[in-house]
Amino acid sequence: MNGKTLRRVLGYLRPYRATLAAACAGALASVLFTLLGPVFTGRAIDCIIGPGAVDFSGAARYLCLVAVSALLAAAGQWLMNVGTRTLSSRASNDMRSEAFRVLNRTPLKFIDGHSHGDLISRMVNDAEQVAEGLLQGLTQLLPGVVTIFGTLCVMTALSPAIALAVVLVTPVSIVFAGFVAKRTAGFFKAQSAAQGRLSGFVNEMVSGQSVVNAFDYTGRCFADFEEICDTLYDTGLKSVFYSSVTNPGTRFVNAIVYAAVGVLGAISAIGGAITVGQLSCFLTYANQYTKPFNEVTGVLTQLQTALAGAERLFAVIDAETERPDAPNALAPAQCAGRVTAAHVDFSYVPDVPLIEDFNLEVKPGRRIAIVGPTGCGKTTLINLLMRFYEVNAGEIAVDGNPLPTLRRNALRGMYGMVLQETWLKCATVRENIAYGRPNAAEEDIQAAAKAAYAHSFIKRLPQGYDTVIAPGGGNLSAGQKQLLCIARIMLCQPQMLILDEATSSIDTRTEMLVQQAFERLMQGRTSFVVAHRLSTIQSADCILVMNAGRIIEQGTHAQLLAKRGFYARLYESQFAAE
Amino acid sequence: MRTLFRYFKGYRGQLILGPAFKLAEAVLELLVPLLMADIIDVGVKSADAGYVVRRGLLLLGLGAVGLVCALTCQYFAAVCAQGFGRSLRRDLFRRVFGLSQAQFGAQGADSLITRLTSDVNQVQTGVNMFIRLAIRAPFLTIGSVLMAFAINPKIAMIFLAATPLIVLVLYAVMSRSLPCYTDIQRGQDTIARLAGENLEGARVIRAFSRQNDEIAQFEKTGGALSELTIRVGRLSALLNPATSVIANLAIVGIVWWGAHIAQTGGVAQGQIIALVNYMTQTLLALIVLANLIVTFTKAIASAKRVSEVLALQSEMLWPKQSAPAQPGAPRIAFKNVSFAYPDAGDHAVEGISFSLEPGQTLGVIGGTGCGKTTLVRLLTREYDAAAGTVCVDGVDVRAYTARDLRAKFGVVPQTARLFSGTVRSNLTLGAPDASDETLWQALEIAQGAEFVRGKPGGLDAPVEEGGKNLSGGQKQRLTIARALAKRPEILILDDAASALDYATDAALRCALRAHTAKMTVVMISQRASTIRSADRILVLDDGRLCGCGTHEALLKSCAVYREICRSQGIAKEGEKA
Repeated sequence: MNGKTLRRVLGYLRPYRATLAAACAGALASVLFTLLGPVFTGRAIDCIIGPGAVDFSGAARYLCLVAVSALLAAAGQWLMNVGTRTLSSRASNDMRSEAFRVLNRTPLKFIDGHSHGDLISRMVNDAEQVAEGLLQGLTQLLPGVVTIFGTLCVMTALSPAIALAVVLVTPVSIVFAGFVAKRTAGFFKAQSAAQGRLSGFVNEMVSGQSVVNAFDYTGRCFADFEEICDTLYDTGLKSVFYSSVTNPGTRFVNAIVYAAVGVLGAISAIGGAITVGQLSCFLTYANQYTKPFNEVTGVLTQLQTALAGAERLFAVIDAETERPDAPNALAPAQCAGRVTAAHVDFSYVPDVPLIEDFNLEVKPGRRIAIVGPTGCGKTTLINLLMRFYEVNAGEIAVDGNPLPTLRRNALRGMYGMVLQETWLKCATVRENIAYGRPNAAEEDIQAAAKAAYAHSFIKRLPQGYDTVIAPGGGNLSAGQKQLLCIARIMLCQPQMLILDEATSSIDTRTEMLVQQAFERLMQGRTSFVVAHRLSTIQSADCILVMNAGRIIEQGTHAQLLAKRGFYARLYESQFAAE
Repeated sequence: MRTLFRYFKGYRGQLILGPAFKLAEAVLELLVPLLMADIIDVGVKSADAGYVVRRGLLLLGLGAVGLVCALTCQYFAAVCAQGFGRSLRRDLFRRVFGLSQAQFGAQGADSLITRLTSDVNQVQTGVNMFIRLAIRAPFLTIGSVLMAFAINPKIAMIFLAATPLIVLVLYAVMSRSLPCYTDIQRGQDTIARLAGENLEGARVIRAFSRQNDEIAQFEKTGGALSELTIRVGRLSALLNPATSVIANLAIVGIVWWGAHIAQTGGVAQGQIIALVNYMTQTLLALIVLANLIVTFTKAIASAKRVSEVLALQSEMLWPKQSAPAQPGAPRIAFKNVSFAYPDAGDHAVEGISFSLEPGQTLGVIGGTGCGKTTLVRLLTREYDAAAGTVCVDGVDVRAYTARDLRAKFGVVPQTARLFSGTVRSNLTLGAPDASDETLWQALEIAQGAEFVRGKPGGLDAPVEEGGKNLSGGQKQRLTIARALAKRPEILILDDAASALDYATDAALRCALRAHTAKMTVVMISQRASTIRSADRILVLDDGRLCGCGTHEALLKSCAVYREICRSQGIAKEGEKA
């Protein structure tokens, strides 16, 4: 078990020290009074010596004590249950929130470089596992250990010989449980591997169902599936059976302890060393003493899983965060829109140079078109302009201010960005348009929607501006989503623009609206456009031609055509007749 | 639900014998307190150490027999549950693939995957637990009461009062807390959605500097979930303490009542101890039962979801034998075809008629949602036309067997979907016996030979799940090669070049023309440049055919086509815009 991770997890309990103390007190009280119960019951039974020889006042006294300790034990247990649940839930929520905060401060490199599904699973499943592990650990381990020691003490006080017998026999059940756990670990691994293979296969084949059918692949697909089912059957049978051996096994050991206590106790009672009531107390203890041992293995596994989850969560929390803005960083109120790049080097992977010695000068209000085949790295440029990624060498400046001297918020606020992957929040249309200006007035929001040609379709949505956009924008078409993204920018009126005009998957009518909206947006603003339309490219003041992540040519349409290079070839294949 | 019972076939013996062995173990367990009472009341009272030891050995013997019974039961339970799970999984999987496309779409792939994996697992666990515990816990509860009656009917009345009270508390707590778990699950889904949304939109969120608001929203949702969990926890925290108070008060009652009866010699000390033990046993059994109910609730919910799918009858009927082809008929003919998707009001396509001769190339163009892909779905009979007929080689598609019809087509779908395996295993999906030569030829035409050659292993280079280790363009080229490898009579490219750059797209079309002269090709695209040289072009607008002819003819006659070409920079033949 990883002690460092455990200590760190426990560190998250620190703000809830009072709750923790209450839970511990509850646990102690619960164990103490649970242990006292059988003692008093035993005393009460001793008052029943035989017909005509019952000490009623003694029995009544002890039975009252039994009832009181039962109530106190229950109260203690309730306190412990509530306390540990509160603790574990709050602590894991704190960890999750911290991970989320880090994800919003980490360089984009981290988010781009990790599978989103994996990160989400860390925030949801792993956080849940930490909570569950903490809960089980606190509610089982803590009282369990106290119970073992408590019963041992009372048993030794009553009769050292019988206590010794119990202590000698119980380890058998621990050894047995440990043996089974070790043997079954391999089966469990094989089973979860088979389970993983099954869900991977089902995932692929069911989501690719139309392909499977179209290629008449069903026969082979069924055969593969059945083979996987057989493997799962074999491994599942082994792991389920062998792990289910533990329970009857430890129950058998308990039966041995119980019989031993019964026989030894009865013989001691015959000799007069203990009373019958004490024997009854012993019998109850024999059951109570072994219980935590049986549970401990399960709790330990759960703790292991929880710690593994915590480690994955900590890996996110420990991710490097963006260097904070310099204390004297600028936040200019105005921006003319002059962008320069001087001797910029950049690469995603060290030793694999991508952009080298890139130079650019954009005068205010000019239009820069970025063209190139799919996957040529057009987003790289956007990453650098918005300072989502840092340049390795050289300098990019806005109005003569190098990017690191500007506050990130200020820099990003100068640009309006419309990407090809339209991202909308799962919130109302109004909230989405006002995303950049949350306090915008209603008429401004509607004016922006109108300017983006989005107003009319919004009006036709079931709840108009109050329509909640489904996760992933499911209730809108691709074109409508893009119009909303444009409206979002319209409302902010930024000084510069970064646009991706890819319009595949938009119907002809919406595409014309999008095009008009883009035109209106670009008027008088410095614009960087990932261009797909001939008209945009031809009217650009400068074209950056990219291929395989690099900027390979730069110039106006006419200059580049005259050069007869990559751009010229691209142009011919795209727009000219075959 | 009933339908699931048939999957116990072959495991009926285990299903019955398993609980029977468990019952035997429970009976033995019930005898233990009685034997202990004998030890005390007979052995201790008469100071007979030999008797004590003999009874003690009998206790051990009972334990050993109980162990054997329990192990037998666990084994039967494991065999039966796993066997049941396997039969269910296999059948469910086959049925999922037998569903019509409409049914498949209505269920959704994700939901079907969940049913095939976690739902079946849940039911399987339920079966296992049922065999192991469902009989034992109620039996121990009732058995304890009966044993109490056997010892002393008067004291046993306390059992009749306490047991239902414990059940009542369990019911009250669980019936209130169980529904809350659905809310907790929903809260977790929201957390997952917010996290996903945040990662997805990292650029936009930062562009608008809204990180702090996103964090605030996340923390609010997380905090609410955490408080809900605590509230539910507070309720279920009552369960153990409340039931144990009842049991302990019952024990107080047993001893007190016992004392009175013992005074007149009606009951012995050891018997009172046995009664106390029976009370403890009842409590433990009932708590196990309560936990079991949670497992069963989940299993039953899962079983219902699984049965829903099993209950679906495929709507798509295929004949046993294909009708003979009509020689001289056009390869593809649509006659006045209309179709609407199940839950959509409007027609997806309406009144479509055209025909195509063998070896010709058909281009289909139009905006998103205009019905282009629907045409392909009707042609390959993923859906049946609502009106009109779709014929291939002069025979209605509904008169072919699934195998014969599918053998005619090589389909390149819009989304390039590959399966994990190797390049070869993907290419041979529709042509299991294709030679390397055939595969390379298909790759050459699909413009994919070069990159496959560059991969270590070539045709045996690994392809990860969903083709994750390949770029969009590479995946698309492999799906094209996959369709070509089966050497179909009709090749269908559904916007298959969308991830290819224009140069590769042009090279692909060139190669297709050169190598597939005999193949009939259906090419769907949003790019006019892709389909302009087709023998016949269909222009679709909102599900209707608004133009049909060659590029030149359509430029003259079809306004929609002219507008598409103009916006894509293609004006007239040979003229650069």
